[in-house]
Amino acid sequence: MLTRRNFLKYSLAGAAGLAVPATIKASTGTAPAAGTATDKRWVFLVDSTKCVGCGMCVKACKNENEVPYDANVSRTWVERYVVTKDGKVHADSPKAARDGFTTQTIDQGHHGKEIIKPADISKAFFVPKLCNHCENPACVQVCPVGATYQTKEGVVLVDRTWCIGCGYCIMACPYGVRFFHPVYHTAEKCTFCVHRLHAGLKPACVEACPFGARQIGNRNDPNDPVTKTILNNKVQVLKEEYGTKPQVYYLGLSMEVK
Amino acid sequence: MKNHVFRPLIVVIGIVLLILAARFVYVPKDFGSYERGYIYSWHRQGDENFWNKFTIKYQGKEYCKDCHEKNFTSINKSPHRIIICENCHGPAIDHPSEARSKLVIDKSREQCYRCHVKLPYPDTARGRIKGFLDPEQHNPGMECVTCHDPHDPKLGGA
Repeated sequence: MLTRRNFLKYSLAGAAGLAVPATIKASTGTAPAAGTATDKRWVFLVDSTKCVGCGMCVKACKNENEVPYDANVSRTWVERYVVTKDGKVHADSPKAARDGFTTQTIDQGHHGKEIIKPADISKAFFVPKLCNHCENPACVQVCPVGATYQTKEGVVLVDRTWCIGCGYCIMACPYGVRFFHPVYHTAEKCTFCVHRLHAGLKPACVEACPFGARQIGNRNDPNDPVTKTILNNKVQVLKEEYGTKPQVYYLGLSMEVK
Repeated sequence: MKNHVFRPLIVVIGIVLLILAARFVYVPKDFGSYERGYIYSWHRQGDENFWNKFTIKYQGKEYCKDCHEKNFTSINKSPHRIIICENCHGPAIDHPSEARSKLVIDKSREQCYRCHVKLPYPDTARGRIKGFLDPEQHNPGMECVTCHDPHDPKLGGA
């Protein structure tokens, strides 16, 4: 017979029992990575005013990260925006700009080509793009198998042996940086070249850029030149409204860039 | 409890235990939620090593300095000093080990076109680089390096 007295007694005992694993977890759980001086948090800085659209970064990235060179996929790419005097925006990124921009023709693949007269151009610029390694990565949240994750240094990676190729992450990324690797058939993306960072080198695209349009830095180091630039200058991020807190900062970004 | 309830219950419990046992065997031991918690870092920790140990291909400009000192100094005097050697000479990887003793140099016109095709874009860095609006008019079919030394383009001859 369950009396009120017994019911309360057992409920309390049960609640206490449930709380035990929670406290164990709380005491062994590690604190969030941000804040401590020794921990690194990689961030990227793109100065789009310096980019000339040579595409050396894309070439280097593909070679460095073994992304099939002739497949029409890339971990990083460069976009060209040409705004004409009638206010129209013409953008392209043929072959992810692997071979640079070597003609005035806007080449949008199967959407056709456009020839724009120099006299009609009101402004034009190049915008390098790569994974934003967001603070709140949407791609990681949607992975059903735990194959994509963020390291304590903020880098979002994909576990090729664990990825089932469902493509949720490719759909979830607001920046379109993910794709299927043509060889492994798993989700593929920029890694900030973590293997280079841990060896004390800069990412391949940063190394290859002749104009210093791409830079990498450690946000947790207040003396890092990139951190200083981000803190002291007018920087922008892409698609802030998604709340993903992207960690690729842009200098000189124009409103036409999506 | 009656038998007809109890027996399927045992089967269900058996299935659950089987799944748990299979999960215990199948899921790697290093699977867990690490620094960024369950939402952002529920993963197999061993995969971090896979990415950390990825082979480095581009070694950077300083890597070439000691053996190729002459070319290193000559290019450093020219406007092309901002271009790393490997952009044209190809990634060094483990050069000069036996397997990759010779690097393949990209001497194509297209390599130069990347910067030196003039694009009429006002107020851009690209618009300020010396180049051709229509490079195919200028000695078509010839490699640029036939006349222009890429390490010292100001000399105008190799």
